[in-house]
Amino acid sequence: MNKKTVLIFACPVVLLLMSLKTAFVPIQVQLPLTDSLKRPAKFGFGRPATAQEIAAWDIDVRPDGKGLPAGQGDVKKGRVLYAQKCAMCHGVDGTEKPGVKLPGNALVGDTSATSKPKTIGNYWPYATTLFDYMRRAMPYNLPGSLSNDEVYSITAYLLNANKIIKADVVLDAKNLYKVVMPAEKLFIMDDRKGGPEIK
Amino acid sequence: MKKLGNKDQKRATGKISRRTLLGGVIAAAVLPVQSLFADEIPNEKPIIPEITDDPTKIVGPGPGPLGKRSPFEQPVRKASDISSRTPLQDMHSTITPADLHFERHHAGIPSIDPAKHELLIHGLVENPMKFTLADIKRFPSVTRTCFIECAGNFRTGKAEMTPQDILGLTSQSEWTGVMLSTIFNEVGISDKAKWFLAEGSDAAVMTRTIPIAKAWDDAMIVYAQNGEAIRPEQGYPIRLLLPGFEGNMNIKWLRRIELSEEPYMTREETSKYTYPVKDKIRMFSFELDARSIITYPSYPQKVNKGWVEIRGIAWSGRGKVEKVEVSTDAGKTWQLANLQEPVLSKAHTYFRYLWDWKGEATEILSRVTDETGYLQPTLTQLVEARGANLGGYHMNPITAWQIKNDGTVLFKPETIK
Ligand code: HEC
Repeated sequence: MNKKTVLIFACPVVLLLMSLKTAFVPIQVQLPLTDSLKRPAKFGFGRPATAQEIAAWDIDVRPDGKGLPAGQGDVKKGRVLYAQKCAMCHGVDGTEKPGVKLPGNALVGDTSATSKPKTIGNYWPYATTLFDYMRRAMPYNLPGSLSNDEVYSITAYLLNANKIIKADVVLDAKNLYKVVMPAEKLFIMDDRKGGPEIK
Repeated sequence: MKKLGNKDQKRATGKISRRTLLGGVIAAAVLPVQSLFADEIPNEKPIIPEITDDPTKIVGPGPGPLGKRSPFEQPVRKASDISSRTPLQDMHSTITPADLHFERHHAGIPSIDPAKHELLIHGLVENPMKFTLADIKRFPSVTRTCFIECAGNFRTGKAEMTPQDILGLTSQSEWTGVMLSTIFNEVGISDKAKWFLAEGSDAAVMTRTIPIAKAWDDAMIVYAQNGEAIRPEQGYPIRLLLPGFEGNMNIKWLRRIELSEEPYMTREETSKYTYPVKDKIRMFSFELDARSIITYPSYPQKVNKGWVEIRGIAWSGRGKVEKVEVSTDAGKTWQLANLQEPVLSKAHTYFRYLWDWKGEATEILSRVTDETGYLQPTLTQLVEARGANLGGYHMNPITAWQIKNDGTVLFKPETIK
């Protein structure tokens, strides 16, 4: 921790008491730039979280498949669910139509990197992201209302509509994360570190 | 389609209001130009009370429980369907009043009972723990002034644009809370943890992955803004504060942190907040690059011949502002501006430059250099480095104001060829 040492002169009463015994001594105090002076190993604030509490909130899914729940879904079921719960905002087939302003983004395009608009087919690097996002945030008007099976099915439908998986694939925790997205190869991590270069 | 005002909105509850629906369309726009002025929500006209000619002859009203702005001062945010923008041209220094702090959220502002709000920390930790707001406030506290800026903060496209229209998605506050390192120490972090996921409790259940180094460096969990509890739009009761990092990562309404050996690749760090660089797409641009803007004189103000104090703000997500230069001859020559002390790291820094305007038509510009030696680029330099298909994120070009012979000030909207 960053610390600055300063000298603070003791207040008159203390000084008086001190001067009875010793000569005047400035007291050294550590003035921190962050946090407090003395720190215990632990403060003891907060409480242990239970396994149930963690399970209730831990809904994230990683590209390596960690977090994918039990359940499964297919393109056919996904198509029906999409028509019921998503088409009203993302369009009947999820594509952008000239002159039509939809409340939700276009979800279906082709897999060519230069295509517009940016969709799952040409701009999403991981299939797991789709599952994670739709489970937590969609449908926009009823977030968090889809069952895991429903999310698997809609994921299958949208991946198929974007020509990434075949129509007969059944998605589950064992294969969803293995789907290779066309856009993955396009993504690069920012490696800029400051300094004069414009990148 | 008809626009809905606030009243219509209330009536429309139950159904999906147009304003709610619109979010996606604007968020999906690729170039900032495309979303320009989309569906702005009109601001209400101020009511100015009757004023007497001589205030020394009438006893005024007494003290009250809450202060108000003078009715003559009406700085307002400019709200669209998905964000609202700080009136930079109305600010005389660098702290943004909390009610004028910009907003950007992906599924509205949640209402949260602070007594029930808890923060869960789990994953690669020794002890998974939950903290109430009261617990968080008991830890040693720290106060820090810094900016928060949206990574999509740049608009251009026409001459009649104010600083608010161009760069209004940046604001600065004095934040108070606890260092994230203090809380991480309490939980005990495994050596294997290289990243952490932060999650909000809004309807978007917003998530971003953050490198662990930021937690040991300067990340905070904050509960106060400019001395009082954080505003609901800013994450009440707690938000993550990552000084210098793109606004979206400063997760509001924070409810969960999970420690991990790898990033989660959430929607906001893959399909959003990424941008084309030549034939690739760049992701994980956390720090906001140095930039500046002249806020006075600016559109729609007018200048008079004689002395004009050019004023503005400059900042960098990578540290302190080293210097700001101003040009009053359309970029041919540059002069050093004065910086208002203290110059803080990752903070809006106010600059001033005194100019004797003789009445000639010209352009005025500012450019900042930060402590890493980075000089704010021109739009042309950005296009050279990244290609013409720039996207809307992490755009920090030098911007210019045109000064006309009659003193009219207009923005100079540069276009990408
Ligand atoms: C009420 C309108 C609405 C409904 C219904 C809706 N969405 Fe959305 N959707 C949106 C909006 C608005 C956004 C953009 C949110 C934002 O900006 O963060 C969005 C974003 C998305 C995205 C991210 C797109 C991208 O490119 O980033 C996906 C995927 C998605 N929705 C899937 C679905 C699915 C699947 C359903 C049905 C289960 C659904 N949506 C139902 C409005 C809707």
